Amino acid sequence: MRKSEPGSASRHTRVGERLIGALLFASGALSIVATVGIVVVLLTESLGFFAEVSPVEFLAGTRWSPDLVPRSFGILPLVNGTFLVAAGAALIALPVGLATAIYLSEFASIRTKRTVKPALEILAGIPTVVYGYFAVILVTPVLRTLFPGVGVFNAASAAIVVGIMILPMVSSLSEDALSAVPGSLREAAYGVGATRFEVATRIVVPAGLPGIAASFILAISRAIAETIVVTLAAGATPGMTLDLLQSVQTMTAYIVQVSLGDAPSGSIEYRTLFAVGLLLFLITLALNLLSQRMTTRFRESFR
Amino acid sequence: MAPEAVLETVGLGVRYGETRVIEDISLTIPKRRVVAFIGPSGCGKSTLLRCFNRMNDLVPTARVTGQVLFRGRDLYAPGVEPADVRRAIGMVFQKPNPFPKSIFENIAFGLRINGFQDDIGDRVEASLRAAALWDEVNHRLDADALGLSAGQQQRLCIARALAVEPEVLLMDEPASALDPIATGRMEDLIGELRGDYTIVIVTHNMQQAARISDDTAFLYMGELVEYKETQRLFTNPEDERTEAYITGRRG
Repeated sequence: MRKSEPGSASRHTRVGERLIGALLFASGALSIVATVGIVVVLLTESLGFFAEVSPVEFLAGTRWSPDLVPRSFGILPLVNGTFLVAAGAALIALPVGLATAIYLSEFASIRTKRTVKPALEILAGIPTVVYGYFAVILVTPVLRTLFPGVGVFNAASAAIVVGIMILPMVSSLSEDALSAVPGSLREAAYGVGATRFEVATRIVVPAGLPGIAASFILAISRAIAETIVVTLAAGATPGMTLDLLQSVQTMTAYIVQVSLGDAPSGSIEYRTLFAVGLLLFLITLALNLLSQRMTTRFRESFR
Repeated sequence: MAPEAVLETVGLGVRYGETRVIEDISLTIPKRRVVAFIGPSGCGKSTLLRCFNRMNDLVPTARVTGQVLFRGRDLYAPGVEPADVRRAIGMVFQKPNPFPKSIFENIAFGLRINGFQDDIGDRVEASLRAAALWDEVNHRLDADALGLSAGQQQRLCIARALAVEPEVLLMDEPASALDPIATGRMEDLIGELRGDYTIVIVTHNMQQAARISDDTAFLYMGELVEYKETQRLFTNPEDERTEAYITGRRG
């Protein structure tokens, strides 16, 4: 047995460790400080906006016209556009993503799973601008051929492409949730004579449901926050329509539009950026927290 | 007096990948007897048990050779549905593994997937009574099964297996995760089921094998060493490896 001597070497280590600890703390603090800073800016600039426009008008108004007289600051058209695209994307990504996850977790051979899952995760790493381009040059023309009268900008094209974009996220995270269901539950179900399909649909999916729901919410949150695809494909027409073939504008696309334009700093139009950004932030924050809570609850139930 | 054989293995061997786990095992399980498999860890007793309901099918690398006959029919013949095998030959596992559902649904699940439609409630009650759990849970059938104690959960798993009316009950160290009191109740329950079912039980506890089984098989390094009436095996072992194991000199 060797005792460590209180010599210079160990003192040196202690100083080094303290330095490393401080550096790591600083790295952690950086992201927190940045987040807090962003929230503070969002809040203060939004306060300036809400000094001129009442929150009720902002949240309940159904006409969004911040630059053209008569001005109107009802954000519902932008919220509508955002949720229309997100809902359309969810309609594609959630069922297909869940089906993929069930296949990978319960039916695919180990080799298939080892090939397909990393491929899906690579798909998730494609820059979103590529997806946006894909929407404009491929999906929109196809839609325009199938449905005459569809405009160059329409919600459907954006919804389809955003759906494809969030699909790997749904399938990968749902697959994680299904794989986390203990094998002993599968054995129990097989043990009473269940078929593979029955085990998957009646035992594994219900047991993994909180994790699946968390992946759904996270994916919807990502669809809501998606910017470039909707800017390129969905257009810039704030409206209360539920028609996917119409052009709409999402909150994110509006932010891009104003950021690129020449809204003078300090003007009301400039301040709408922060009010819209704040609402967008609150929506995605709420969704992410909800998703996190579901994942935690899921882990607890299988301690 | 040769009792009717329910299960019979002929030259049975199992490999996991390149590893041989059991080799050339031929034995018969007589009807309505309690048969215990004993042996040191890794001797292949659980693997052998899992051949009887094709549970090894779930291990992708497992390869089964030889035959397992259930009432004379080869369970591994082409065209045999593993799900049908497992309905007729139920299983209770090492750790209690109730579904994260209500007590009632834990049992109703097996009934429903096997096409029972009428009097599910009666069947659930009968199975819970047979597993000596009814009196403890009859007032809270809708409660989450995961809220039960480990011993109750394991009896629920037995009730779940009994509900689909199997002929054989396989038990893979069913008391290993239980405290001594729950273990005692489990053994009492096996005593009650004795005579109605053919039971094959794997245990690492020799006293338990001696208490509850009619016949005992001793396995060692994937080989069936000795298999006879429990009392004779424990009082008069023929093979020196058996003797070494049951006297505690090895294992």
